[in-house]
Amino acid sequence: MTAILESISREIQGKGGPARRGLAAERLAGMLVVAALAILVAGTQGLMSPYVVNLIGQVATFGMLAIALDLIWGYAGILSLGHGLYFAIGGYLIAMHLVKVAYLQTGTPPDFMLFMGWDSLPFYYAGLENFPYALALIVLISGGVAFLFGLISFRSRVSGVYFSIITQALVFVAMLLFFRNDTGFGGNNGMTGFTTLLGWPIAAPETIAALSAASVLAAAASLYVCARIVRSRLGHMLVAIREDESRLRFLGFETLWIKIAAWVISAVIAAIAGMLYVPQVGIINPRVLSPELSIEIAVWVAIGGRGTLVGAFAGAILISTLKVVLTASAPELWPFILSLLVIFVVVLLPNGLLDAPAALRGWLEWRRQRAAS
Amino acid sequence: MSKEALYIDGLTVSFGAFRAINNLSMIVKFGEIRGIIGPNGAGKTTLLDVLTGKTRPRSGRVLLDGALDLLALSEAEITLSGVGRKFQKPSIFEALTVAENLGLALRSRQRSIWGEMVYTPDEGDRAHIQDVLGMIGMKGRGDLSAGKLSHGQKQWLEIGMLLIQRPKVLLLDEPVAGMTDEETERTVTLIRALRSPERAILVIEHDMAFVQEVADLVSVLHEGRMLLEGPMERVRADPAVIEVYLGR
Repeated sequence: MTAILESISREIQGKGGPARRGLAAERLAGMLVVAALAILVAGTQGLMSPYVVNLIGQVATFGMLAIALDLIWGYAGILSLGHGLYFAIGGYLIAMHLVKVAYLQTGTPPDFMLFMGWDSLPFYYAGLENFPYALALIVLISGGVAFLFGLISFRSRVSGVYFSIITQALVFVAMLLFFRNDTGFGGNNGMTGFTTLLGWPIAAPETIAALSAASVLAAAASLYVCARIVRSRLGHMLVAIREDESRLRFLGFETLWIKIAAWVISAVIAAIAGMLYVPQVGIINPRVLSPELSIEIAVWVAIGGRGTLVGAFAGAILISTLKVVLTASAPELWPFILSLLVIFVVVLLPNGLLDAPAALRGWLEWRRQRAAS
Repeated sequence: MSKEALYIDGLTVSFGAFRAINNLSMIVKFGEIRGIIGPNGAGKTTLLDVLTGKTRPRSGRVLLDGALDLLALSEAEITLSGVGRKFQKPSIFEALTVAENLGLALRSRQRSIWGEMVYTPDEGDRAHIQDVLGMIGMKGRGDLSAGKLSHGQKQWLEIGMLLIQRPKVLLLDEPVAGMTDEETERTVTLIRALRSPERAILVIEHDMAFVQEVADLVSVLHEGRMLLEGPMERVRADPAVIEVYLGR
């Protein structure tokens, strides 16, 4: 732990050089693998309450979302305010899989079939009871949507705040669409009533432990993949796009494909996070597509610190854990606490909480010098 | 190899009713360092914009190395075919190190996105980066963060980033603007050292003394037209040039 903190603070102060960037993230990924094993053991042996195990799993998927956003925002400087869209693609597809499986097993049609008066599931549910097919669809559809969206907006060189607004508009449009009851995605009630996942009863402590461990593992894998990317020449290019995209173009790079690649990788990570999240909460509804969730992801990254991966992950874990605790004990205070935290970070720690040790040291130094003079 | 590095014929660029460049023709030969001067609004930077694909002309032809039609290529393709441009203000990537900046500019071969991810510089690449570090006077400073460099060093690093691509045509837009006298002196030495029979260098600059020191021939632009072309001594003595520079 201290080794990680040290390497992080070195990175923030620019010591060790940018070549070391991403090393802390790789170490953290290694620690998460160990944590995943511990959760699996603790969860299956009853050493930890299923509630806590489940919560850890959910929070880990938020961590993945933050990592996904940090790759494109912290490194390439492209702020998405609509990453909930890709989270929802993963979430809805796994929910369709689970609903189909439950329907085949119990014969009880899902609620939306009943109130729409349908006697069978829409055609696009065909084959979704097959898990590998559902998984393939999650990757292909999230990647495909991201590719198309990236191609259209990056080609016409939409950037900065305009790009952020379009991402936000897109997730809002998707939310309105999914609120409709006739789309076959459960409308405003969403989809629930899941029974088994890969043949395991979904509420069993073993399943909860396995899902939680899988989420932590997936977070570790995302961290590792993104760390490898940002340390490679591709990562240098992402930073170069953030710093001065036209300079990179004049060096002979077609920045379009670099941006699309990072955007698609980020979207697929977000979709896999959604896929792991929904079985753990047992329901999905269009609120995952609300602009609030998408903005919240950006808040996690901003509070934790952009462009280090570790910071984004830590921000997501910290804020979403705080949210769970505080919305249970003092729900009316939560919006105020979050707002204050955002203001505090924006004003005092522009690089996020990871900046705190360096900022504190700077402040102490300043005080000592003032006392000396 | 043809002797003509750049062949510009009948070039016209309009922004609405305004003609930034008006029927401009010029030839720059390999091995030459050409200075381009002219008052503000003469079309100097617009000319560089056309040569690098940033601005599309209304009419005219631009050939690289006597054969390649630059006007048909994208910005990236133009760079890859051998035209490097140094911008007016230092355009480097401050969040990366000096060596990483040079490494980004280095393209020994085309690579896929995956190829870029797994790429590690080989012996040749590393040696090339070290060579250029030496040329721009930053040997042993490869690990320095580019954001911490002085203004002059940033300009040299940007020139180094172009050099590493081994350009046929090097375009320098006000390379000594904002430099101290000592830095200007070192830049003169650097640009002179870059002269090569396989390369043509175009320098846009307001600093007459600097142009005189580096350029073989000077082209004077005025209101998008070619006013005069010749050695600096003759250009300086020309009444029309004096009129354009001092007359208003």
